[in-house]
Parts: sequence; structure tokens; C-alpha cells
Amino acid sequence: MDSLIDKIKSGYLWDFPGGVFPPERKSMSLQTGIQVSTLPDLFYIPIKQHIGKTDKILVKPGDTVLKGQALSQSLNHMTLPVHSPTSGTVEAIEPHTVAHPSGLSELCIIIKPDGLDASINLSPCDDYSQLTKPELLDKLQQAGIAGLGGAAFPTYVKQANSQPIDVLIINAVECEPYITADDSLMREHSEEIVKGIQIFEHLLKPELVVIAIEKNKPEAIEIMEQAISGLKNYLVRAIPTKYPAGGEKQLIQVITGKEVPSGGITADIGVICQNVATAHAAYKAVTLGQPLIERVVTITGEQVTSPTNLWVKIGTPVSHLLAQQGYQALAKPRVIMGGPMMGFTLASDEVPITKISNCILAPSDEALPEYNNEQACIRCSACADACPASLLPQQLYWHSKAKEYDKAQSYSLFDCIECGACAYVCPSEIPLVQYYRVAKSDIKAEIAEHKKAEKAKERFDARNLRLEQEKQARLDKHKEAAEQRRQAMEKNTGDKDKVAAALARVQALKAKQSTENNSPVQTADTTKSKAQAAIERAKAKKAQQQGAETSVNEIIANETAAPVNDAKSKAQAAIARAKAKKLATEQAKTENNERPEASEVQVQDQAAEISPAKAKAMAAIARAKAKKLAAEQAKAEENSETSAAETVSESAQTPSVEEANTTANTSSPAKAKAMAAVARAKAKKLAAEQAKTENKELSENPDTPTQNQEADISPAKAKAMAAVARAKAKKLAAEQNQQQAQSEEVNSEDKSDTDPAVATATEQNSEPQNPDNLTPEQKAKAERDAKIKATIAKAKAKRKQMENP
Amino acid sequence: MSFRVSSSPHNRVQRKTANVMQAVALACIPGILAQVWYFGFGVLIQILIAVLTCLAAEALCVRKRNRAVTPVIKDYSALLTGLLLGISIPPLAPWWIAVIGSIFAIVIVKQLYGGLGQNVFNPAMAGYVVLLISFPVSMTLWLPPLSILSYDISLIDCFMVIFTGYSEQGYSLTQFRTDLDGFTMATPLDTIKTGLSNQQTYSELLNLSIFSGATGQGWMQVNLAYLMGGIWLLQRKIINWHIPLSFIFGLGGLSLIYFLASPDSAITPSMALFSGATMFAAFFILTDPVSASTTNKGRVIYGLLIALLVFVIRNFGGYPEAVAFAVLLANMCVPLIDYYTKPRTYGHVG
Repeated sequence: MDSLIDKIKSGYLWDFPGGVFPPERKSMSLQTGIQVSTLPDLFYIPIKQHIGKTDKILVKPGDTVLKGQALSQSLNHMTLPVHSPTSGTVEAIEPHTVAHPSGLSELCIIIKPDGLDASINLSPCDDYSQLTKPELLDKLQQAGIAGLGGAAFPTYVKQANSQPIDVLIINAVECEPYITADDSLMREHSEEIVKGIQIFEHLLKPELVVIAIEKNKPEAIEIMEQAISGLKNYLVRAIPTKYPAGGEKQLIQVITGKEVPSGGITADIGVICQNVATAHAAYKAVTLGQPLIERVVTITGEQVTSPTNLWVKIGTPVSHLLAQQGYQALAKPRVIMGGPMMGFTLASDEVPITKISNCILAPSDEALPEYNNEQACIRCSACADACPASLLPQQLYWHSKAKEYDKAQSYSLFDCIECGACAYVCPSEIPLVQYYRVAKSDIKAEIAEHKKAEKAKERFDARNLRLEQEKQARLDKHKEAAEQRRQAMEKNTGDKDKVAAALARVQALKAKQSTENNSPVQTADTTKSKAQAAIERAKAKKAQQQGAETSVNEIIANETAAPVNDAKSKAQAAIARAKAKKLATEQAKTENNERPEASEVQVQDQAAEISPAKAKAMAAIARAKAKKLAAEQAKAEENSETSAAETVSESAQTPSVEEANTTANTSSPAKAKAMAAVARAKAKKLAAEQAKTENKELSENPDTPTQNQEADISPAKAKAMAAVARAKAKKLAAEQNQQQAQSEEVNSEDKSDTDPAVATATEQNSEPQNPDNLTPEQKAKAERDAKIKATIAKAKAKRKQMENP
Repeated sequence: MSFRVSSSPHNRVQRKTANVMQAVALACIPGILAQVWYFGFGVLIQILIAVLTCLAAEALCVRKRNRAVTPVIKDYSALLTGLLLGISIPPLAPWWIAVIGSIFAIVIVKQLYGGLGQNVFNPAMAGYVVLLISFPVSMTLWLPPLSILSYDISLIDCFMVIFTGYSEQGYSLTQFRTDLDGFTMATPLDTIKTGLSNQQTYSELLNLSIFSGATGQGWMQVNLAYLMGGIWLLQRKIINWHIPLSFIFGLGGLSLIYFLASPDSAITPSMALFSGATMFAAFFILTDPVSASTTNKGRVIYGLLIALLVFVIRNFGGYPEAVAFAVLLANMCVPLIDYYTKPRTYGHVG
């Protein structure tokens, strides 16, 4: 690094590629020194004169303001306040055309001067070295100091830099033709400029300060050299006159030979540039306490009678300045703010001077002819030769014109500094820079649009997620509520009592009948599923008939255990069902040990299938089979091989299975009916069987004329009975199977066989209460009761189904 | 007051496309004069036919494309195309040769591609190649220098030969090209080409009457005249040095290497540089901005590539003159060359 500093000190200069040499025409505005502009009738002070947001306005219409009074307060980073340029009254705060190529309006504070030019009390600072860095920066910000060279970048932001700085470059190049504002400022205020530079030096602590001036300003060079004499590490460097040597990037290249990385800032390579006028403004702000309310503006051009440099208060309309210096308007007037290379034409002369307005140029058509005759590009590449950024303007032009913006960007469109050198040399008068500006703004708009779309998508996704979560939460809540309701119902309603009573009755009977004492009941209302009941039942049976398991059995179990898909499972279920039927018929005759196989298969099916309907169907089948088995076994045991009875049981059973299947599939009101029918059929069968069983085994139980009863019972009653019986049978079956599973005793065979039959018979006995003996009233009551009971039983059954999917 | 609004920059150099074209046309004058001096008025008549045809074709095309005709004609690009093509055609070739070449150059090569700035190929050279392939006999009937001709050829004779095929006295072009001994005289390059392929050595060939001096009478002077015009263009920065210099050095270097390796079967470097269309091509054909490379590095590659192609075609190909083919082949490579020779943009590493 030292070698670089030494090299700079030795006087070495680098060069930048390209560049053009437009006629300078600077002398016309240098005929007089800097004069002071008169006060206009009205000042228009744009709130926003720089990058950043609009600040808080501190005044309102009708307020009296003093010169230097802050009109706005900067609330955000990167913003600067504006100040009243003179004393007067705030006339209005409204949009007014401002100095922008678009000619758009922006909010302006309009001040009517009172002519006194009375200032606020300034707070000078004799020794800024006593101030801390934040205090100094705050002074710069509160004084509204911005880069006066071009972009009005807030100076305090630049000076707040924390990276090590090797070279501080003071840009006094002023490479644009016509403009002499910096030149005349240096000639007249060199001492103050140097004091301003010293403030920057104090803040940045660079190793070297270089004041860069183009060779076409020998007076300024001489004066500045005198001003820095005696200062260590200060240099005035005269650089070759070549446009755009005053561009920040190009100047850094000329002075240090370094390039600012694309997309980076100058501090990244240890260099900071400040305009010479900014240094002057900083001196006034820090040392004198004066905010930035005026600047030097060059009023020049062939159409200006007395071109000169003026101290102009910010907010002065251009028309006032032109009138003051004598403007010979052309038939179609043209006024440029800035220089001929990068300045923009004003749509109106009512626009006010802002912090960055360095020149008002009113050229003649001879000096700066208008170029509207765009011709075809002949690919001469004069533009590429002129480009200081080594771009290929021609390619950029092709792609910008064709709106192939991705390709334009691949040719580094955004590295274009819009200096206008390419358009200056173009023989086909193509407004190249304009094409790039359009392309850039299109791309920026595109990016903004893209960002917006992305945001919208994010919002949409977030909304979807939220809705999903809400839905889930709602479902959970509903579930919870249902659970609570259910629990409450279990606790409170008479349903439970009834069920419990029924159960108690059953148990009492059972206890009486069986030798074994049983565990507490918890059947219908528990969460135990029918499927599980079926499984347990099957297990129990398997345990009874251990030796019966064949290899076929295993295979089927394995096959079915793999839950492939619904269709397959269903098919298997159907097969199993068919097998079960066949087996049942076979078993009834032979009483062999293959029975468990069917149960096993079904159990597997149930386990594999999640479909509640299926499970129900299975349960129904299992139930039916269990009953049949019981009946058969009972029969077998008593060895009463009456062929008639067998046929009856067979015919009763087979349709019941089928019905159970169909009901499970349809799951409609029809199901209930079907179930009832099944139950009825079963009840009949059971009754018949029971009669026999009772005769044999339960001699203590008096013989009941079930057949007769059944014949006598009205259809409604029969239905009710059937429903009740069904519910009870279910309960019992589950209960007993559970017990069986728990005990796993071989001799439980007897119990399981006999119990359902006994229970059902008993139920039938106890509940309908011998309809023969009933009076008509009693009959009606019984009927009603039965109906209610049937409804309750049905409801329970349904709830169970729901609970045990 | 309504103010005029325009986009920056508000100043421009005064040189326009038309000025560039005019300058190139003017720079041709010394070469054309030399050609007239050594080879008669034929070249002027050919230029006239080609220029007029080009302008007419251009005007017609632009009108058919519903564009304003006057500004297009005034950019002088069609005039320049005609001029360059006219210079390239043998002076006493039949008139329809120039007409066909001009129409092809303007209509097919230039306007069908979208007009000025859009054409991939150099229009004059594309027109020339079409003629060379379609009418090989007419296109190779170059007249020997007037000083060694058996007959005097006046301006009238030129007109007569070009438009009727026979001079005032009834001589045909073939008769003009036959020397006193009854031998047909071709261009120096052609002669060498034929001679070398007939197992004659280079030094033997130089004894022929067509060669008075090292590089053949007339042709060297014409080349020098074009070189002068080219230097003037360079001075005025109408053209960049990259293409002409890389082409001249490339061709000279290759010829020198080949000549040193095989002196008896090669064209000498001076012969290569100052014979045929070398200088004319270097400064006036290759530098056509539309069809040439647009980056500085690319231009050097472009010039060297043409030099290589010219050298190869002249020494090993079937045609004595190779510039037109070389240029067209190089034109095809331009997009590729441009793509790979992008300069490093400011602030971009590597």
C-alpha cells in the first residue's frame, strides 16, 4: 500500500479506457467572479432532494421562518433535513414541478421572503477536533450536507465510514463542458475548501488527500496548491482533460489505478471521494454552523446574455435566475439543468434549484444542435471505443432495444454510468443512453414486480397454512367436545344406568348359572372395538382347539396379514367368508377342528382392514358364527342329531351371514332392519336350541314355551325383542370372549357354548314378561317400552359402531 | 413557454454515418486513379454501372419495405457498396456482370437481412463471389496493364467492349488480352498460379512479360495507392488500425514463412502484399464495420483469420484471388469472435 501512496505522490497518473473530448466552452461563465443572486418572489423547497424517504415537515402554512431554520426533520437513516433559505412566511406546502428529468411534481414548501434575510442564531464551532465523531456527523446531517457533485448522497453517511481509508480524493475535476461552478469556488474560497477537507480528513484519517483538478483549470490548480502548502500528505493533482474524468469511478482509476468492484463502494478499496463544493459546505456547516441553503450555480449558454456563476439560494426558481442574467428565449426554448453530457432538459423554468443543481445551461441550437435523426447502427463500435467502463454499448443497445434484458444484463448493463460518451460519438445519432435508461428502469420495475409477486405468494402460502391450522384446530376442538359430551353422557344419562342394569342382570344370571365367578363388566360402553372382541373370540377358540392349526391356516394368515390394498383385502375377506360358510356347514356335520381357521382368517382381515364398515361386517359374521357354533356345539354335545333341527339351524344361519354382509356394505337405515331380521332369526333359532339345551343341562330352569311366546308376540314387540336381544347378545359375546381370553381354560368351552343361549333365553324370559298373561294396557305399555328399548338399543349399537371404527 | 425536452447527452460529434461512408469512398480515389492509369477507363464504367444499380436497388427495396427512401440513399452506404464492387470487377467485363452483382449485393445480402447494419456478409464481397462462381470466365478476364497491350484502348472502346463485347475496331476482349506472341496474358497472381501448377519455378515465371519488376507492373502501384487511401482513413480515425494491420502482418508473415521454407513454389511476401486485392481489401473491404468484428481483440483475430484464409486459398486453393472468399468465411465467424472477446468491464474481476 505504501508503494501505491508513494507512486501517487511521485506524480504517476493512470488512465481510464475510452473517453471523449467534447468542446469545453467554459470560459464564457468565467468572465466575472461569483455573484450573488437576488431574492426571488417565491422559494420552492422540495422536501426530498436526495435518496431516501420523505421526512417530517416541521412548519405549516402561515408560519414565519428565519433563514437557516430547519423545515423538515430527518427521521430515517440516509435522509437530510431542508432549511429555509431566507426569512419569510410559509405560503403553502404543496406539490410543485421539481428538477427531475421526468418533470414530475413533488411536495415543496413554498416560502414568500420578507426581504430581511434574517437568520437564526448560528452556533459556530471553533475547534471541531474537540467533537466526537458522532457529534460531527450529526452536525453534518443537521446542516443537510449532501454531495454537491451529482447524486446528493448524504455526506454524513459517507463520512461515517468505518473501513480503513488510504486515499481521500477531492473531486474538483468538473469535466462537463460549460460548467465552472467548482472552478470559481476554488478560485475564491480555497482556504475554506481546505478547512472543509480537513474536517473530512479528521473523520476518515486517510493516508493521503488528493485534490484532483483537470488540467484545463490552471488558475484553480495554482490557488489550491497555495492553499495546501505546508499541509502534510496533501496533493493537488492535475489530471488530463478527458470526459468523464470527473466520474467517481474514473477519477479513482486515474488517481490510484484501482477499480471499484462492480456492485461495491469506493471504501471497499480504501478510497473515498468528496466533491470540492461539499468540502466547502461542510466547512460552513461545522465551523460556522450554517446549514446548506445556498450553492454556486453556473448560469451559462449562448442564449444567456451575461453568463456567470451565482450564489443561489436553494429553492430559487430557474426562471428567476434566467431573467436575472438575461435569457434570449428561442422560439422553442431549451434549458438544461446540468451539463450538456449528463444534464437533463427542463420541462418548465419554474423548477427550483436544489442541492445538486450545478448549472443552468441555455444553449443555442448551433452550439448544441438537437439530434432526433436516429439511424441504423452500422456496428462501427465507436461507442465501445469511447466507453470509460469498457462496456460494449452496441450490444447493450441491440439487447435493450429488443428488450432482451437478461442478455443486456449479461453485458453488464448496470455498470453503465450513463456518462453519454457512447451516444456522443455515435455516427448514427442513436440515443444510446436513453435506451439503457429505459432498459434499466424496466428491469428495476421487473425486479420490483417479481419481489411483489414473491411476497404475494408468501402471503398466500402463509394464509393457506393458517387456514389449514385453523381447520385442524377446529377439528380437534370438535373432537374434544364430542369426547367431553360422550363422557358426560356416560356419566349422567340413564342410558348407562339401563345398560348397567341390564348388564348386572345378565351377570347375575350368569353367576348363577356358571360355576365360574367373573370379573367386573365393562363391555358395550368401553372403547373396546368389535373387531378386537372378534379377535379375542377367535383367539379363545383357537386356544380351545390348539392342535387344529394347519399349515394352510398359516399361509392364509400370512397372506392376509400383509395389508396390501383394500380390494385385495376385500377379496380375501369374501374368500374367507365363503370359507367360513363352507366350514360352518361342514363343521356342523363333522365337528372337526377346522373352524378356527375361518375365524383366524377373518381376524386377520379385520386387522388388515381399516374400513369400519368392514370391521362391522366381520364382527357381525363372527357374531353369527359364534352363535351358530354355540348352538351346534350344544347340539353336538347332547348328541341329538335330529336332521330337522340341523336343517333349521343351517337355514337360519346362512342367510344371517349374508344379511350381515349386505348390511355392512350398505350401512343405511335398511341395515337396521336387516339386522333386526337377522336378530329375529337368531332369536328363533336360539330359542329353539335353548329349549333343547335347557332340557339337558339346566334342569333347574323351568321350561319356557318360547315357541308359543314368539308366535303370540306382535310384530312390534318382536322387533323390539329382537333388537334388545341383539344388543345383549353382542354384549354378552364380547364379555364372554373377554373372559375366555383372560382365563384361557379348555373347559370354558362349555360355558361359552351355553352362556349366550342361556342369557338370551333368560332375557327373553325376563323382559317381555310372559305376554300371555298381560292385560291390554300392560300389553300397550310393554309395547311402548319395548319400542323405547329397541330404539335405545339401536342407538347404543350405532354409537358403538361409531366409537369402534 | 413550452420547453423542448430531449435526452442527454445534448452534444454529439459532428461525424455521421454518411460522413464515414463518404470518407471511405473518397479514400478509394487514389487507388481508382491508379487503376485507370494502368488498366484503362473500364474500371470507371464498371463503378458507374455498379453504383447506379446499387442505388436503384436500394431505393426500390426501401420503398417496398415502406421506409423513407431519401435518408437511406443519403447515408451513402449503397453508393459505397457499388463502388467497392465496381472496383473488384474486371474492367472490361460485360455490363450485366456488374448489374447482377450489384442487385445481389443490395437486395439479397443487405436488404433481405434488414438493411444497413443488419447484414451478416459484406455485400460487395458476397456479390463478387456470386459473380465469380456464376460467371468464372468473365470474372477472370483481367486486362493486362495498358503499357504492354498490343492495342490502344480508348474510353469509347471500353464502352463498346462492356456493352457490346467488341471495340470500335471490332476487337474482342480476348484479343486485347493476347500479347504479340499470341499468348493470353492473365494477372500476375493468375500467371504464377498457373505457372507453378505447371511445374515452373517462381523465378522462371518472373521472366514473363507480365512481370516488369518484382510484383508485376501496374498492380503494385494500384496497391500502393490503396495503401495511401487507407492510411488517410486511419489518420482520420474513420477506421481502426486493428483489422488492416493484423491482416497485413498476418498475410506478410505467413507468406514469408512459406517463402523461406519453399522459395521456388511460393509467392514472395512482397508479391502477396502488393498484388491482387490485398491493400484494397485490407483497408476498404475488411474494415466494413457491419460485417466485421466489433471488439478490438476480435478485430485482430478477424484480420489474422482472413490473412490465414487468403494465404491458404492463394497457395493451395483453386482460385488465384482469395480475398472475397476469406472475407465471407470470416464474416460467419464474427458472432463467435465477438462473443469470446468481450472486454473486461470496469470493476469486474478477471
